[in-house]
Amino acid sequence: MKAKVHITLKNGVLDPQGKAVQHALASLGFEGVNDVRQGKFIELDINETDRAKAKEQVEAMCRTLLANTVIENYTVELAD
Amino acid sequence: MKAAVIVFPGSNCDRDVAVALKASMGHMPLMVWHRDTELPLLDLIVVPGGFSYGDYLRSGAMAAHSPIMREVKTRAEQGVPVLGICNGFQILTEAGLLPGALMRNAGLKFICRDVGLTVEHSDSIFTAKYEAGQSLRIPVAHHDGNYFADEETLNRIEGNGQVAFRYAENINGSARNIAGVYNEKRNVLGMMPHPERLADPELGGTDGKPMFDALVEALS
Repeated sequence: MKAKVHITLKNGVLDPQGKAVQHALASLGFEGVNDVRQGKFIELDINETDRAKAKEQVEAMCRTLLANTVIENYTVELAD
Repeated sequence: MKAAVIVFPGSNCDRDVAVALKASMGHMPLMVWHRDTELPLLDLIVVPGGFSYGDYLRSGAMAAHSPIMREVKTRAEQGVPVLGICNGFQILTEAGLLPGALMRNAGLKFICRDVGLTVEHSDSIFTAKYEAGQSLRIPVAHHDGNYFADEETLNRIEGNGQVAFRYAENINGSARNIAGVYNEKRNVLGMMPHPERLADPELGGTDGKPMFDALVEALS
């Protein structure tokens, strides 16, 4: 089963990289971009076939390693 | 006194800190590879600067789960002093031994220069040879030194006296100019500046040396 993990900075955590991207877009003439937040996308291929167990497993991976929950949120999406 | 320096793939200040320790201690510390799982009886553990695991995922994230870190955590919880410098500070926050996180510098640039620091307290084994409020000049060399913690955590660590050093001017976006923090028991210190890089007159200054001298005096 494939698991897709999105990791994003929590609200209130400044994202200087996102800000730099926003400024670059503006200087390239892309107008009306109010905010840019940069994150990570991680795709996992796992053996577990039970969806509930797979979700639990990947969430444990997020809490332990993939995300730093001091500054980041994560969402897990499963795809067969 | 027995000290150990943990060496990860990508550490690059491990030998610098070993030399600084030797100058104060009289002998070399033990160099411990990250795949080792046990440590002998020790008085001090140093987690050095560098780019462990190429900063993959997040700075310090992979190293924080290295086999040796389980042992480092156990020792820290038993009260053994642990000093994390630069990448070592990032590793200790990722390992949950210190509060907060180190994010990308607000200006997005790698900063490599001497900076002014203020010592917050002198009542720790790391800072006993400094005065509270003393100004130091210590080099920094980091891309991810922007200290972040939520307001509640910042208020708590300020109240507990867990802020060790502050930057004289905010160089990297760090919350409340924080350059170094202790754990609650003050036996674990993490700091972005590199005291080991200014611990010998030949290197242009000795503002970092009193930290190593203080540790040797307290732990010998």
